[in-house]
Amino acid sequence: MKKFTYLLLSLMIALSFSASAGAKTLKVGLDADPVSLDPQVQLSGGMLQLSHWVFDPLVRWTQDLTFEPRLATKWERVDELTMRFYLRKGVKFHSGNTFSAKDVKWSFDRMRKSADFKGLLEPFDGCYIVDDYTVDVKTKKPYALLLNMSTYFFAMDSEFYTGTDANGQPKDMILKVGESFALNNASGTGPFIVTKREHNVVLEMERFKDYWDTKSPGNVTKFILTPIKENATRVAALLSGDVDFISPVPPQDFRRIHSDDKVKLVTISGGRIITFQMNQNRNPALKDVRVRQAIVHAVNNTGIVKKIMKGTATVAAQQGPRGYVGYKESLKPRYDLNKAKALMKEAGYANGFEVTMMAPNNRYVNDAKIAEATAQMLGKIGIKVNLKTMPKAQYWNEFDARAADIMMIGWHSDTEDSGNFSEFLMMCENKETGYGQYNSGYCNPKVDELVLAAQSETDLDKRAAMLQEVEQILYDDAAFVPFHWQNHSYGAKKNIQVKPIINAMNFPYFGDLVIE
Amino acid sequence: MLAFIVRRIIQAVVVMMVISLVGFSIKDQIGDPVRDLVGERVTPAERAEIAEKMGLNDPFFTQYFRFVKNAVTKGDLGRSFLYNKPNLEVIIHHAPATIELVFGTALIIIFISLPLGVYCALRPRTLLSRFTMSFSTLGVSMPVYLTAILLIFLFAIHWQVLPSYGRGETIDLFGLGWWSTGMLTVDGIRHLILPCVSLSTLMLPLFIRLIRSEMMEVLETEYIKYAWAKGLSPARVWMVHAFKNTLLPVITVFGVQVGIMFAFTLLTELVFQWPGMGFMFLEAVHRADISLLIAYLVVVASLFVFVNTVVDILYGFINPTVRITGTK
Repeated sequence: MKKFTYLLLSLMIALSFSASAGAKTLKVGLDADPVSLDPQVQLSGGMLQLSHWVFDPLVRWTQDLTFEPRLATKWERVDELTMRFYLRKGVKFHSGNTFSAKDVKWSFDRMRKSADFKGLLEPFDGCYIVDDYTVDVKTKKPYALLLNMSTYFFAMDSEFYTGTDANGQPKDMILKVGESFALNNASGTGPFIVTKREHNVVLEMERFKDYWDTKSPGNVTKFILTPIKENATRVAALLSGDVDFISPVPPQDFRRIHSDDKVKLVTISGGRIITFQMNQNRNPALKDVRVRQAIVHAVNNTGIVKKIMKGTATVAAQQGPRGYVGYKESLKPRYDLNKAKALMKEAGYANGFEVTMMAPNNRYVNDAKIAEATAQMLGKIGIKVNLKTMPKAQYWNEFDARAADIMMIGWHSDTEDSGNFSEFLMMCENKETGYGQYNSGYCNPKVDELVLAAQSETDLDKRAAMLQEVEQILYDDAAFVPFHWQNHSYGAKKNIQVKPIINAMNFPYFGDLVIE
Repeated sequence: MLAFIVRRIIQAVVVMMVISLVGFSIKDQIGDPVRDLVGERVTPAERAEIAEKMGLNDPFFTQYFRFVKNAVTKGDLGRSFLYNKPNLEVIIHHAPATIELVFGTALIIIFISLPLGVYCALRPRTLLSRFTMSFSTLGVSMPVYLTAILLIFLFAIHWQVLPSYGRGETIDLFGLGWWSTGMLTVDGIRHLILPCVSLSTLMLPLFIRLIRSEMMEVLETEYIKYAWAKGLSPARVWMVHAFKNTLLPVITVFGVQVGIMFAFTLLTELVFQWPGMGFMFLEAVHRADISLLIAYLVVVASLFVFVNTVVDILYGFINPTVRITGTK
């Protein structure tokens, strides 16, 4: 018995040593893990994060929203429609294949077949190979956001994905449900190679030995991602030291993390605007601009940021945040209860009216709480709100059906550009072009005209003026109720240098992460 | 006898049909799985196309009969949208984690409730007994969720002696490929402690009280008095004569409660990020994975129906009156 105890003890000691002797391992706890390994099967935050770990784009965003060369070393405009990218030489894929122009073209062509990316690639004409390390990307019309879109051009290993798999299916098939090679296998040029994946349980990656970016300070050799859904558990995992990095951090736990001297909290302002849309077609009262103004004036969004978001959001009065070309400094939050009451009276609704309101309860940070607070605030100007909140799985169908007078929606611009917000949220709904897909009832031809013109305006100053005018019109029309731009929040151990690798898109570049 | 067996089996089939039908009829209430598969930018037309390809637009009975046909002829319960694997495989893959959690909890309950229950029965007036009884009231009235968070706070954050989430290191049992066990590694067992303890707080008080009252009752019976009169040693009276008879009803209740415990793992698994069936079920609800939900319902129902049918048939063998009442 004694012998056995000794054996057990020495085994435990040996185990604990071997764990600490391994090089830099990063354990990350996120609220969800990527749904697959195919970077082109779903356009979602989780999949784009993975794409930055396992693949590389032509260019990527920096923290101050400029472009950083990745697989493209430089680029130049050839004519109004064409951008020429000069590609990096000596880049290897995880499979050992060499990266060249054909992979860029192949990935581009495949992306166009993906239901999720098709829409974003609509302005593009195609990708043309000039020589082994040069490609031309052409658009149908002059397009100001060509470089912004190039952040989506992740290179997949064309040789690796060519051929048929064990089931006789082509390896490059894009499939949502079912078996496909690309869903479970990946070969990119990125800093990490996937070594083990069990969906919803763990994703393990190791640093790619032949990674081209030898200048990267990143020193993480093993990267283990565990999805931890429950907020309290995720925070506990960090505080107990079981993981090194978590995101998102729920606002109610900010103080807890601040007060612990082994961990730190890092936040960065993001670009996701949270809004309520007022449906003029469902409720005639909302047709009156005075009523909409009254609602916007009645909502104390500054208070919501302070009380509900615990200061981890930026109060908004327009769609795009500071740093976007359409941002207009003069547009300020408008909370003014007396003015709101006066406007209601002027519009002939001194006694108020009733509206229905819907919001998701697991989509945005504190979404249901924001909706409840708003309902109360509207009560103060006599608007009786019947609020219903529900999980996102049900909410989006209700939103598609425009099932309530006032509905919540948050939006992050795909292109980090102001136009994208209006295209989806504020342009008149048009089933054919797809514009206004998430617009519940606001329609102003002037806005449509300006947004469309801005798409092909390549004079950046003119373009900025147009987009700022759009924000001004929406502000004057009280087209929507602006709340705030959500911050991204990260909790990490003190020795993890979080700040340099985060950005407004919430794509932490773990390849460049330094652990001291 | 044969008629009886056939009748029982037909009943079982009917029950299964009804359950699967109920499962199918609620599926549209849970949400739209296509929404979860695509990004928010995908147009309604594209989504409709995906739904069409997945067969979600077919009439209710077409979908239902397709499901039944595949289930009966191929044993195929469909494919999970979320995990992108056959449903049956997903369920089987998640089962070991839950079974180990329940097993660990059962061990804790047995090894704590037996000595404590017996002690409380034998020495009802001591301090320890009074403490145990009042503490057990607290245990019953605390929600598992809260107990779990409290345990994490104390053992994982404050003292940092036990891990806070997950199963830790698991190894493949018998090389089966699907039963990964955490019970054979030090790390795995450390990860089991907190979830098992928090789950056991629910049933532990019940068993302590049950054993205590059963034991007290037995101690009052005539044969125990006779044993005392015979001059047997206390140890022999308590352990051999009284304790044995206490166990009978306890074992019966234990069997039932273990079944119920499987249902209670839901919250524990959520808090501890425990990749078992309860966690899988919650994920499926959140992500509107209706295919997996229906399959799960059918699997659980068929387990119950199977066990009940077998028990019924065995009863028929043992006690002929059951058969007779069955035939009017």
